[in-house]
Amino acid sequence: MCIGIPGQIVALHEQQPDHAWAEVCGLRREVNIALVSEGSPETLIGCWVLIHVGFALSKLDEQEALETLAALHAMEEVEADVALFLGAGEAR
Amino acid sequence: MRFVDEFRDPQLAKTLIERLHQRAALLPYTAKKPMQIMEVCGGHTHAIFKFGLDKLLPPQLEFIHGPGCPVCVLPMGRIDACCEIAAHPEVIFCTFGDALRVPGKQGSLIQARERGADIRVVYSPLDALKLARENPERQVVFFALGFETTMPVTAVTLQQARREGLTNFSVFCQHISLMPTLRSLLSQDDVRIDAFLAPGHVSMITGITPYHFINEEFGKPLVISGFEPLDMLQSVLMLVEQVCDSTCKTENQYRRVVPEEGNLLAQKAMNEVFILAGSSEWRGLGLIEESGISLTKEYEGFDAERRFSPQAQSVADDPRSRCGEVLTGRCKPHECPLFGSGCTPHNAFGALMVSSEGACAAWYQYRHQEAASAESESSQQKVGQDER
Amino acid sequence: MNASKKVITMAHGSGGRAMQQIIEHMFLSAFDNPWLNEREDGARLSLASLSAQGDRLAFTTDSYVIDPIFFPGGNIGKLAVCGTANDLAVSGATPAYLSCGFILEEGLPLDDLQQIVSAMAQTARDAGIAIVTGDTKVVQRGAADKIFINTAGIGVIPTTVNWAASTIQAGDKVIVSGTLGDHGAAILNLRENLGMDLGVESDCAVLAPMIAPLREQAGVHALRDATRGGVNAILHEFSAASGLGICIDENSLPVKSAVRGICELLGLEPLNFANEGKMVVVVSAEAEEQVLKLLRSHPLGVDAATIGEVTEDPQVCLRGALGISRQLMLPHAEPLPRIC
Repeated sequence: MCIGIPGQIVALHEQQPDHAWAEVCGLRREVNIALVSEGSPETLIGCWVLIHVGFALSKLDEQEALETLAALHAMEEVEADVALFLGAGEAR
Repeated sequence: MRFVDEFRDPQLAKTLIERLHQRAALLPYTAKKPMQIMEVCGGHTHAIFKFGLDKLLPPQLEFIHGPGCPVCVLPMGRIDACCEIAAHPEVIFCTFGDALRVPGKQGSLIQARERGADIRVVYSPLDALKLARENPERQVVFFALGFETTMPVTAVTLQQARREGLTNFSVFCQHISLMPTLRSLLSQDDVRIDAFLAPGHVSMITGITPYHFINEEFGKPLVISGFEPLDMLQSVLMLVEQVCDSTCKTENQYRRVVPEEGNLLAQKAMNEVFILAGSSEWRGLGLIEESGISLTKEYEGFDAERRFSPQAQSVADDPRSRCGEVLTGRCKPHECPLFGSGCTPHNAFGALMVSSEGACAAWYQYRHQEAASAESESSQQKVGQDER
Repeated sequence: MNASKKVITMAHGSGGRAMQQIIEHMFLSAFDNPWLNEREDGARLSLASLSAQGDRLAFTTDSYVIDPIFFPGGNIGKLAVCGTANDLAVSGATPAYLSCGFILEEGLPLDDLQQIVSAMAQTARDAGIAIVTGDTKVVQRGAADKIFINTAGIGVIPTTVNWAASTIQAGDKVIVSGTLGDHGAAILNLRENLGMDLGVESDCAVLAPMIAPLREQAGVHALRDATRGGVNAILHEFSAASGLGICIDENSLPVKSAVRGICELLGLEPLNFANEGKMVVVVSAEAEEQVLKLLRSHPLGVDAATIGEVTEDPQVCLRGALGISRQLMLPHAEPLPRIC
């Protein structure tokens, strides 16, 4: 039940206000966007959202995602440097 | 899969694990008495088992599983009330899949279905609403379960129902708020929790301030965590760093999804439809104050209990089972004497074995036969660690 | 046959003229072959021609109760031919003859039946299989769900072919012929009205032509077609039959992204999803490369991949994304009833 999954809003629903089509892994699902549309719903098109039980419940902040990954990659480099420093010749 | 695969990168996981091992060595914890990090979300429990995260942790750290499964903490008698409502011939009873096999005193919903009740699994409360529109001569009841992740969804559904003037739709309200549950957990004397991994999806609704009491009143550090392996490993690292720095605050690892203030639209919808008042009995936790979620006056008309008046049920757990202890992290699933023998996913004693978020279900699915050998192996390993 | 409103009635099952007409106009004309055309009570097949092809007769049967009866990629009729043909093919036999028993529910639209029968005829024809004998029963409304089909099939196994779970050895490679779970995902989407615009069809197909070249290949130990229960069920069957274990690598499982999406969304595992046109092949390590080459050269096998290996330790386990192994259990209950 806690399963929330990222999807991208690709189109608004023609008939139902507050509904849109989200694409998850190439498959399209109808989602309710009432809880993420603050201004005009058109601005959501192209946005990534977190989908849970048929609702978009949060907008995914791509910048934050990139920053989180960047921090992890930076850590990887530090680790590699440390390993080089410590382990000259040592098999790791 | 974007936003998923990147956070499962094995190379980055390796980096995090190495860093964790280094940093955990500086902690005032040992393999014999590890730092106990509690997660309170079925999604986290499953991620731990599915990716084997607990096996990757350094010996000074240990995950314990808390009452993160809203199905697991609901009192058995509530299932009986649901079955009673579902037995009305005009009722179409809609529920999420996990609640189907949860045993009440008189059996589960799936057994009620076998006896002829019209019980249907839905993916979303909107599906139940649709059924109500399409079947005006029937009464559609939705079993509203879950923490703050699903509460706004039920709220919006009810707002919709009210706008449409539907008279044949109602909800059996069994929502539960996370914060009173955590407070109650921390107030119990014999529970040793050193830190928390907070559920990312509840947090995207509530925001981060509701967790501050855990730092301020109980002195425990907390990190709001996403659900992919890198999220959880990074969150554990953040907790370890807090302990190393002797800080005690609420941090947000899941910033790509969780805004600091939470989802204001969702909070608004919840406040319009639900009130938090009165104490409620919760499985494994006893009576928790200020934990009852019920409908506001404006939405009372949609309360299935008012409409159908099922008999109040108070059902005690079987004394042999240790559901309550597993729920509060006092014991591991396989340590319950009924695990795997009297209690299996097909024939469960308690909700923990049948809910998709239940710790016992996760353990059964992923660790079943390893349990016995792992126990003896790890206790040998931990002794070894201490002697270094 | 323009019979848009016409349905099956009890008269169609009674042996009288109504039934004769259905049999003639629908079944016999569609399945049309010399044995059926003899119009005897059972088919009479030449032993000589069978024994010229090999030394064992493969004989199998299956009943098909899938709901819904029409789905993206096929219908219950096509499935009834493919499923039984595949059970024969994985033993090394060339599927030759099928019997076909129908149980029809009163009220089944004749148009639906025609579509189903045409699909059976087409599938059989394309695979070089003759449906040589059959039976038709009609039951009252409610006593069956639309249509149930049973097919039994025979084919000859060449003398040189000896595929069996008992020949599996530790160190063997486990290969799957294509993407997992397409059939189950397509059915789940339809049945549960998940409303997903899926773009995934059932993979229902006859595997015999893809299997044929493997008969000449040394080092092929065992084949099974993965249907209900998915690849997971086959791994457990192989493990139980051979007394050995299997360890598979989660990262090497071929899964279409839409199927993966449906699994992530609903918290399910593609390993447990039904297939209807995929098989698991266990081969010696030396034969791995050549078998993959042979499979991939056929349109049904383009996504063939090695997913794991056979181990001494008799457990079925999965090496996860982060390198940690966990035991792979069979689901305690059928996740999707009436899937085939």
